[in-house]
Amino acid sequence: MSLAGLQNPVLDQQATFRAVMQALAEPGHAVPAGAVAGEASPLGPVARAIALSLLDFEVQFHLSPSLASAEGDLTFHTGSRRAARPDEAEFAFLDLRHDALDLASFAQGTPEYPDRSTTLVLRVESFAEGNPLTLAGPGIPGSRKCRIAGLPVDFAAQWGANAARSPLGVDLIFTTSEAVLGLPRSTRIIEEAR
Amino acid sequence: MSRTAENYRGYNFAYLDEQTKRMIRRAILKAIAIPGYQVPFASREMPMPYGWGTGGVQVTAAILGPSDVLKVIDQGADDTTNAVSIRQFFEKTAGVETTTETGKASVIQTRHRIPEAKLQANQVLVYQVPIPEPLRFLEPRETETRTLHALAEYGLMHVRLYEDIAQHGHIAKTYAYPVLVADRYVMDPSPIPKFDNPKMHESAALQLFGAGREKRIYAVPPHTKVVSLDFEDHPFEATKFEQPCALCGAKDSYLDEVITDDRGGRMFVCSDTHHCETRRCEGHLGPLGMPVTEAAE
Ligand SMILES: [Zn+2]
Repeated sequence: MSLAGLQNPVLDQQATFRAVMQALAEPGHAVPAGAVAGEASPLGPVARAIALSLLDFEVQFHLSPSLASAEGDLTFHTGSRRAARPDEAEFAFLDLRHDALDLASFAQGTPEYPDRSTTLVLRVESFAEGNPLTLAGPGIPGSRKCRIAGLPVDFAAQWGANAARSPLGVDLIFTTSEAVLGLPRSTRIIEEAR
Repeated sequence: MSRTAENYRGYNFAYLDEQTKRMIRRAILKAIAIPGYQVPFASREMPMPYGWGTGGVQVTAAILGPSDVLKVIDQGADDTTNAVSIRQFFEKTAGVETTTETGKASVIQTRHRIPEAKLQANQVLVYQVPIPEPLRFLEPRETETRTLHALAEYGLMHVRLYEDIAQHGHIAKTYAYPVLVADRYVMDPSPIPKFDNPKMHESAALQLFGAGREKRIYAVPPHTKVVSLDFEDHPFEATKFEQPCALCGAKDSYLDEVITDDRGGRMFVCSDTHHCETRRCEGHLGPLGMPVTEAAE
């Protein structure tokens, strides 16, 4: 079975990128996705639109175990290849409803080139459930509250370790079936209500 | 839909090919995640000389969509050759609406100024940058400046600024005055007057910087701490002007000296032409200003 690409590649890629750009510029704020592509993809329609908008032969991707079947689809539509190891991928796709998360297993960048790190695109159920997180950092006036459904119990600890590596570290783009929410490495979780 | 489709049929939307846009977009996302850090990118040739801001043009081309409204300023003015050509370039290649009104623009490309009107959330300010590396004048080698940034070793920079104070009694730098972004990276704000530096701090707009020849993209996210480097005994001071704008009477805008006749007559007027016009339309009048209906003749 082969899935269709973006309906209008030029405009959909631009709109998808702008949503992701806004999400990273305003961490914790759920931004409506610019486009969707492939309801049937295990990535989910928003994460797949991001893949089709940002991947090409210049970068490699990593797929979590639950998304492994998407390899052929992504390679076919983008020319990107699956990385041999998670820390060799520019982009990693995970479904947090099924997959474990280990932020330290991905590329963290180097002191001279902190941009040489993995961007994780994570599928979650919703931005309406989950423990409320209070965020602070660049892109946030004062503090901002958000919810992300189905985060692993040790997420705040993993994120704290990631933030401690800043300016190194990974950046996260959470996706539901309609929106994106960014958590760049510069964002700190200042409170996690339980 | 059909209007947009018409506009890019036959050539690439916003000139750049999709491959190049993706590469620039990936760099922009990293730049936002690492405020003030210069992300290398594979700058492309643009159909204009480097001095015309090819870095800013590439960033604008990579972010622009059909629903954007674009404003382009050069030294604050919308009507210089450089600003007009860039605006026409995107009207032609992307079919976007353009404006001179700061408040109406979703994307503002700028060379050497930040508009006087306070920027809003969801606006993007794209700077054209000639020399992105603030440490270049201290250390010409790229590998060395990278190491200095990696270690956040900015002592030399402070020493150099302090030498100014010893020599002139104040920091002599009035343009491209270095800033510390989010308490981490020292950044060159591009050759804006230091008068504009405070506007970068906690701005509601996203600020993107593109350097074409030096192949760097960097960013300041909205609501981010941007501090001009200074010393306890010599705090940063933005340029102040002795007189108001001759045309609109503004006391708080950046002024350019303009020659008014061949007998050496001169006056000081707002460098932000849209700001000055807006004020005159609102009825503000400077010592040499005319009411806006007559001035329009
Ligand atoms: Zn004026």
